[in-house]
Amino acid sequence: MKTMTCDELLQAMNAYVDGELEPGFCTAFEEHLAGCNPCQIIVDNIRNTITLYRDGEPYSVSAKLNQKLRECLRAKWLELYPES
Amino acid sequence: MPIDTIKLSQTHGADSLLSAQDPDYPLVARAKAGDYDGLEQLVMKHERGMYGLAMRIVQNPADAEEVVQDTFLSVIQHLREFKEQSSFRTWLVRIATNFALKVLRKRRTMKSQPWDSAEVDDNEPLPHPQFIAPWKNEPMQVAQRNEVQQLLAGALGELGEKYRMVFVLRDVEGLSVEETADALDISLSNVKVRLLRARLMLREKLTRFFGDESTRVAPHDHGKEEAGSHP
Repeated sequence: MKTMTCDELLQAMNAYVDGELEPGFCTAFEEHLAGCNPCQIIVDNIRNTITLYRDGEPYSVSAKLNQKLRECLRAKWLELYPES
Repeated sequence: MPIDTIKLSQTHGADSLLSAQDPDYPLVARAKAGDYDGLEQLVMKHERGMYGLAMRIVQNPADAEEVVQDTFLSVIQHLREFKEQSSFRTWLVRIATNFALKVLRKRRTMKSQPWDSAEVDDNEPLPHPQFIAPWKNEPMQVAQRNEVQQLLAGALGELGEKYRMVFVLRDVEGLSVEETADALDISLSNVKVRLLRARLMLREKLTRFFGDESTRVAPHDHGKEEAGSHP
């Protein structure tokens, strides 16, 4: 099997990180990784990047928005369902 | 109604098989039956997440608040059209994304800038990694720090809109490639290429902050690299 290049690995990065690479291609990808420290690091960096964004909850809803939202939704609800 | 109601009631998505187990369905059923408390519990559960989604896309608290309000108003209006073939959350993300896109379009119109969802420059060469180094910390060790959250928000804000949208929907909100394509009305291949570019650009920015300079390695010379000649 032809050895995968760093460029080819970069193109296939998403599919590998998302676990969607077909088995034969996955083997070639991992063979490349085993012998290429920069590519290994890049894959780890990308995984860390996704984890950091996915697991952080930086934004909280202000009390003001909370109150305004409740009032506005209640009014809309009563408009649509006046019997409730 | 400016929002595309056909889209709101569409039922695409990889999570359709899981939808029967959606923990929100009992609350959705109560709200559909006219129980306001059911709706309020759905709002309580998801308002922070939708505010986060809106902030990541529109990058402005006042606009994000408007997106959240419009999203839940639309939920009240269209709840009975929701067919429960995707999770409630996925449906909600699609609605919020539509309203966030409206904000971006409005800004663009005011600035007379062209809409950049066209398939321009997706075919340019990929940005090659330049700063390559293992991170000094595990993501979970630093995720809650204020300065880290500011860094993440800043890096995301510096991405072009079309890359930011795809990254937020796919990697932060966890939509499938198909759901992301559907929500943004772009092709699957556009989602894939934009996601790869977004991930590479964010990796570069974050690694310059988190990377351990002492263990930095040189990037490969991709210009000279040939198939079959592994360095």
